[in-house]
Amino acid sequence: MSPIIEIKNIGKSYRITHQRGGYLTLRDSLAALFRRALSNRRKGETPHKETREDFWALRDISLNVQKGDIVGVIGANGAGKSTLLKVLTGITPPSEGEIVMRGRVASLLEVGTGFHPELTGRENIYLNGAILGMPRREIARKFDAIVAFAGIEQFLDTPVKRYSSGMYVRLAFSVAAHLEPDILLVDEVLAVGDAEFQKKCLGKMEEVTKKDGRTIFFVSHNMGAIQSLCTRAILLEKGRLAAEGAPADVIRRYLSRTAHRSAVNLSDTGHPEASVRKVALSDERGDSLSVIEMGDNAVLTVAYEVKKRVPHMDVSALILKDGMPLLYSYDVDLDEELRRARQPGTYETRVVLPMRYFKEGLYSIQVMIGTYGNIASPDASVTLEIRNTTRDLTNHSYRADRQGVLYTDLRWETKKL
Amino acid sequence: MASVTIIRPKKTFSWNDVRELFAYRELLLFFMWRDLKVRYKQTAIGVFWAVLQPFLTMVVFSVFFGSLLGVPSDNVPYPVFVYTGLLFWQFFAGALSDTANALVSNQSIVTKVYFPRLILPFSTVLTKFVDFAIGAVILALMMAYYGYAPGLIGMLVLPLLLLITFMSAVGGGLFLSALNVKYRDVRYALPFFIQILLFVTPVIYPASIAGAYSWLLAMNPMMGVVQTARAGLLDTTPINWLLVGLSFLAALVMLLIGTVYFKKVERYFADII
Repeated sequence: MSPIIEIKNIGKSYRITHQRGGYLTLRDSLAALFRRALSNRRKGETPHKETREDFWALRDISLNVQKGDIVGVIGANGAGKSTLLKVLTGITPPSEGEIVMRGRVASLLEVGTGFHPELTGRENIYLNGAILGMPRREIARKFDAIVAFAGIEQFLDTPVKRYSSGMYVRLAFSVAAHLEPDILLVDEVLAVGDAEFQKKCLGKMEEVTKKDGRTIFFVSHNMGAIQSLCTRAILLEKGRLAAEGAPADVIRRYLSRTAHRSAVNLSDTGHPEASVRKVALSDERGDSLSVIEMGDNAVLTVAYEVKKRVPHMDVSALILKDGMPLLYSYDVDLDEELRRARQPGTYETRVVLPMRYFKEGLYSIQVMIGTYGNIASPDASVTLEIRNTTRDLTNHSYRADRQGVLYTDLRWETKKL
Repeated sequence: MASVTIIRPKKTFSWNDVRELFAYRELLLFFMWRDLKVRYKQTAIGVFWAVLQPFLTMVVFSVFFGSLLGVPSDNVPYPVFVYTGLLFWQFFAGALSDTANALVSNQSIVTKVYFPRLILPFSTVLTKFVDFAIGAVILALMMAYYGYAPGLIGMLVLPLLLLITFMSAVGGGLFLSALNVKYRDVRYALPFFIQILLFVTPVIYPASIAGAYSWLLAMNPMMGVVQTARAGLLDTTPINWLLVGLSFLAALVMLLIGTVYFKKVERYFADII
């Protein structure tokens, strides 16, 4: 069977002009025209030059997707993930190459595209459905399901501008979740909404895909979601396809490429309350490191700046593997006093991370600061690789490719009965 | 497989575009429905504005141009004379200025969802027919009040005039909305431009006033429309079929230029809007 999506050598270039920014006005274009005319006349003078260059947001992307595949797209910001989706949807045409899609396509690049604040919930369901490509009859058929999923029955005839932001997102997502195309293209839309609702949406997506064999293209920074939802993943790097394969492998590749670093110095994020300025890993003697032996611990050092006295502020560290959170810790867990009285100033804090409990692999440690750790910066993270060079693991349970994430020798006491 | 989509570097024109436009007709209706629904939300007198706007304009024009300045009106009472012109003029001017902003004001949809972009300016012009219909009722009442009954040919020529107005508005609107994506100057220049256009179109005065230069005015399709509407409905002059033909031709040219330019720059909309 031919693949449902065939992407052949797709490239997308933008012409970027190195000039002052802002909107182009008619006056600028006319002025440029005159300048060109004048500079032609006066020979010998160097003509006014704007430096122009072609920027390839995507280049040489080729990919075949089979029916029923859920493809996760990962990559750093600016790697071309969103551009790829925009080309796939047809919002912006490619500069070269060809894409063949066999089936009805719907895209979800934003939650609530085309919602009109003055219209009621009922009216917006129809409008948004139509914009996303659902025929009116289909919307009418699913109307009750959409309303029930969003849980907004009482507010159906209220203009959405009076909705709380949570209700708004729920309604918008509910419409999208009931789309039934053959191919669904989803950009980072799960980033909005509360965690519980996100889970509900992921569940809904999974349910429909399994049942109807729908094909999904899914862009996300949430490695956990990619891991659990996708059957394949691709990694984009500077507009090129850098890796393709099983989600776990591609995620590992991504994490190892982007951040195999044991220390970062950060500039001020500009947040009015606090910001993290330095994150570093070292061994227990204080030598900076990014690889440790299985069974060893690592020391995390964090420097941060508090600009304003805020009650309940804490610094937190989160250990993740392949995007899955494993261990979360606050600096105030054992020190209630610190929670109440942290004065403005610059601090340095150290914590021994119990890495000896983890198996081989690549771990990332993310540092956050704020009330309940809510001021996160994706840059405030370091990576640590645990490697085994001393033990033969062939017949042991804690070999990296076996189940589980923890590494501990347990004593089994066995007696013959 | 039901439908196969092929995405390639975009050419300017292909027949697929026409088929696609038809496939998206439901979205076109939804955009119209939204614009109509939203237009008078949170206003006290609602749709009554559609009556009030042309009516008050007519009253003001009648007082200043008709009574005080004594502008000639082809021996027809000035209010009904000016209103006939205004009815078509406001359709054209309203459609043109709303259409020019159709893409920019739907920016968030244009950058996030694919659909044939032509739908947006099109639906905007189509909604103006509703205002026209309301305005036409007032005209019928005024004609009855002043004792004018349109002849058969006068009634029959109306749809043609409406078509010419529609084509001019769509053509100009497509051109301006596409231009507006790149140059926001359009938003500021247009109201001013429309005002000037009102004076070179014989809305507040009869075309006969221009004398020997009236052929120059015929380049403006709205001149033919306004003059023929008066000829047909109020019997001011016999219908000048040559003028109607010229206007139709001019409107066709506008429509062609607008469509070609729109299709030519369409592919950049999502990138630069």
